[in-house]
Amino acid sequence: MELLNAIILLLNYTIIPALTYGSQLALGAIFVTLIYGVLRFANFATGDMMSFGTMFAVLLTYYFQSIGVGLGILPTALITLPFAIIAMIFYMLFIDRFVFRYYRVNKSAPVQLAMVSVGVMFVTQAIIRIIIGPFDRRFLDGEKFILKASEFKEMTGLNEGLTIKSTQAITVVITIILVSILFWFLNKTKTGTSMRAYSDNEDLALLSGIDPKKVVMLTWIIAGFLATIGGVLYGLDKSYKPFVYFNNMLPIFAAAIVGGIGNPFGAFLGGYVIAFAEIFITYAYKKFFTYLLPESLAPDTLVQLLSTDYKFAVSFSILVIVLLFRPSGIFEGKKI
Amino acid sequence: MKNYLNVITAYSIMLFLIIMVGIFQSWSIALSILNYCLISAVMTMGANIQWGYAGLINFGIMGYTALGGLAVVLVSVAPVPEAWSVGGTNMLISLFLIIAIVFSIKFILKKYKNNKYRNYLISLVIIFGIILIRVVASQGIEAIESVNPAKTGFLGGLGMPVLFSWLVGGLFAAGLAFVIGKIALGLRADYLAIATLLIAEIVVSIIKHEDWLARGVKNVIGLKRPVPYEIDLQTSSWFINMIEKLNQGKLNLINSVTEKRDVLNQLVIDASSVYVKLCMTGFFLTVVIMLLFVTQKALYSPWGRKMRAIRDNEAAAGAMGKNIVKEHLLIFILGSAIVGIAGAMMVTNDGLFTPGSYRPMRYTFVIWVMVIVGGTGNNFGAILGGFVVWFLWVEAAPIALFLINFFTTHLDDANSLKVHLIESAPYFRFLMIGVGLLVIMRYRPKGLIPEKINVK
Amino acid sequence: MTAGYGNGPDIISSCSINVDRGEIVAILGPNGAGKSTVMKAMLGLLTLKSGSVILNGEDISKLSPQDRVKKGISFVPQTKNVFAELTVKENLEVGAFLREDNINRVIEEIYDLFPILKEKSSQIVGQLSGGQRQQVALGRALMIKPSVLMLDEPTAGVSPIVMDELFHHILRVKETNVGIIMVEQNAKQALSISDRGYVLVTGENKFEGSGEELLKDPEVRRSFLGG
Repeated sequence: MELLNAIILLLNYTIIPALTYGSQLALGAIFVTLIYGVLRFANFATGDMMSFGTMFAVLLTYYFQSIGVGLGILPTALITLPFAIIAMIFYMLFIDRFVFRYYRVNKSAPVQLAMVSVGVMFVTQAIIRIIIGPFDRRFLDGEKFILKASEFKEMTGLNEGLTIKSTQAITVVITIILVSILFWFLNKTKTGTSMRAYSDNEDLALLSGIDPKKVVMLTWIIAGFLATIGGVLYGLDKSYKPFVYFNNMLPIFAAAIVGGIGNPFGAFLGGYVIAFAEIFITYAYKKFFTYLLPESLAPDTLVQLLSTDYKFAVSFSILVIVLLFRPSGIFEGKKI
Repeated sequence: MKNYLNVITAYSIMLFLIIMVGIFQSWSIALSILNYCLISAVMTMGANIQWGYAGLINFGIMGYTALGGLAVVLVSVAPVPEAWSVGGTNMLISLFLIIAIVFSIKFILKKYKNNKYRNYLISLVIIFGIILIRVVASQGIEAIESVNPAKTGFLGGLGMPVLFSWLVGGLFAAGLAFVIGKIALGLRADYLAIATLLIAEIVVSIIKHEDWLARGVKNVIGLKRPVPYEIDLQTSSWFINMIEKLNQGKLNLINSVTEKRDVLNQLVIDASSVYVKLCMTGFFLTVVIMLLFVTQKALYSPWGRKMRAIRDNEAAAGAMGKNIVKEHLLIFILGSAIVGIAGAMMVTNDGLFTPGSYRPMRYTFVIWVMVIVGGTGNNFGAILGGFVVWFLWVEAAPIALFLINFFTTHLDDANSLKVHLIESAPYFRFLMIGVGLLVIMRYRPKGLIPEKINVK
Repeated sequence: MTAGYGNGPDIISSCSINVDRGEIVAILGPNGAGKSTVMKAMLGLLTLKSGSVILNGEDISKLSPQDRVKKGISFVPQTKNVFAELTVKENLEVGAFLREDNINRVIEEIYDLFPILKEKSSQIVGQLSGGQRQQVALGRALMIKPSVLMLDEPTAGVSPIVMDELFHHILRVKETNVGIIMVEQNAKQALSISDRGYVLVTGENKFEGSGEELLKDPEVRRSFLGG
């Protein structure tokens, strides 16, 4: 019984939140890695692009709510997703056409493109703040919980409650679906293979008749899906605040590099590595050990490796360690 | 001569703009802008040395700036003896433990070069060390933070002159740069950018959350200044006399004695703030000129030539026997130290240390925009970039407000679009900076004042 | 079938090269003679100042590289000539990117030609040996069923044993009725399997003839083959 309580405790406070957060990071990390693999630059506008897509979803959610359209127990934001994605893709293609393309055609150094992406970051951030403002917004509606702690306690008779928020379930389910489709596309379709070929060896891809324009466009379209969905899932689960999205770029970068940048599957796993590390290292295990150990041995400190203040610092430290020992990432080798 | 002409023109325009602010807004504002321009110029010079001389991307500017600021607190604030007595020993032991960990890792790295368990051993040492430190330090931290938490709650500094802290700030930043350089300099350019950005975040989050060190987000206020305080000036007779003399003509026009005294009073108050800022400007200008002199000398020295050779063709320079890794590390440390000095200058100027305000947007990306806009590899360009971008950053909101009002004059004052736009005027600064950066990168990729290497 | 070329910029001037199906032609010459430039010009990676590239009687001088590939010119670069992160089969599939029809039959043909590829079909090319990679590179280029296959220094940096194996494979490719143009530094070996050869000197084709003729020509020997 005590053991079960301890497991439920961990599940409730670490594993489920980490899975959710990891999924959100994973989508962002795949976005970073795709742009890096195909367009060959580190996109510093990542966080703000995700924010941009989410902004549309938020605004549309408010609109749909005002005209009374909803999904019942599911969040209204899910209906707005397709529209937000389309808007996002248009924005990305627009930026690519008027900003990035010039440098790509001139074969500029990746560093220069990264600097250009900083410019895009500024502009995107400005547009977002001018349109929606810098404030914290919640746009989750519908049923909040799938399983409430009290219900769980009643059901099982355990001391510890297990809470599953609907956003957590939605996040994990949508991530699995999206990522499966993406990997199927990249590995099993002709277009997907051509994208990977282009990312691997651009010159040879050109010689094989692959059209770079199509590959680039496709990359932005996929990026639009990943950025918007990743951003909306994060916003539903926590809340939508432009500054937070900008900051999220950092753990997302960490996830992409930990997974081996340019490698989508690595980025996917990297998201979870970062999320689990952040949460496991900053979780206070006092209660956990109180369940497991006999009373005399029960700890009187928090049993916490690092305080939660250092949540971000953990992921960055992991990144530093990875850079030190395996600069090509943990999951190098076969790239999807 | 033609080369210098556009430099002179650019600087004259900048000076003119600041003077315009002085005339139309106030001299106090103009001088604040000028001071910040000078601080930005120092930061930009630091980043420019790394990027322009050696092609290293350092997105960790924020971290060095924060460390420089920390140095001001640690050097100039008076020590808190109570805190030292309750928790000092614990903190010193922790410090000793950290040093011990570093050395034991070094030892392991040396002794067990080819041992496959080496990395496990190192991680064991680190984890064990962290747990030990936490046990030792947590009591000390608790004790220190409970000493008069509203005012102190930290160990305080050394109580030394604040100007000395500028040097220390540089040293701190140099030390951090040494560590980061050792870790990350072997990486490719864009990895380096990300790694430095993240490490800077770690540094800032430590400063933010270790309250015993510098009160964390509770801020340290009322820091020492190398210049007199306004309130002292306002009561010292030489200053009042000086202001009276300077404004003789204006004062003579007023007949009533009380009115005259009121006007003089107001003038003294205004002038004291201007005077203080002018003193600061003097200090900052000295630093900028000294740095400019040194960096220009360095740029045209054999060492500068070597750095450019390495930047332009690493492989060839390496083949000619130049030690690229060593040179890169050196320049990384030098540039970061300059940024550290700037960080200390900034905190001295503000008189307060607010760890919560260190954000990558303001302290990394805006500085980088300054570097790119000014002209990479050119010190005059870097300074100009600092001036132009800072000026825009500050004046963007008023300019945006003016433009919004201008274009929406036909709209009703209660028009929701107009209200919304006016409310979001502050965010137009991001737009202006971003668009400015994109335009410069596209049409003037070498910056306003491009690098010019004259063979002398 | 003729692939003609004439009067480029400064690098190559008035040289012409042609190849028939089922024939191997070697382009030889000292460093800087413009050998690779000739290839680039034929592929459309360089613009012609004058002259033309004719494939199967059709002028393709104005087409983009991709369109030329579609018309049946295939190219194996000297380095980075495989997709190292893709599997062998995926390399072949990408090679056939422009083909609309069912490519499984073509893949089978390539497997017949290079049996080792069938064995390793799902392995990542980056993990294969140098010789196997060269076969992947040839296989990829053959997937569009080209009428002309161009090889840029296929033997550069390859060990002698692998080189023999490679030449063997090139001869097998030739039997499938493909015209092969090969740029080579390694003149003697290249001429030993070629039907004809061109010797380029400062961008002009100075000598031309069958392998044997060239090898015997005293002037060629002196100026290029080193006596």
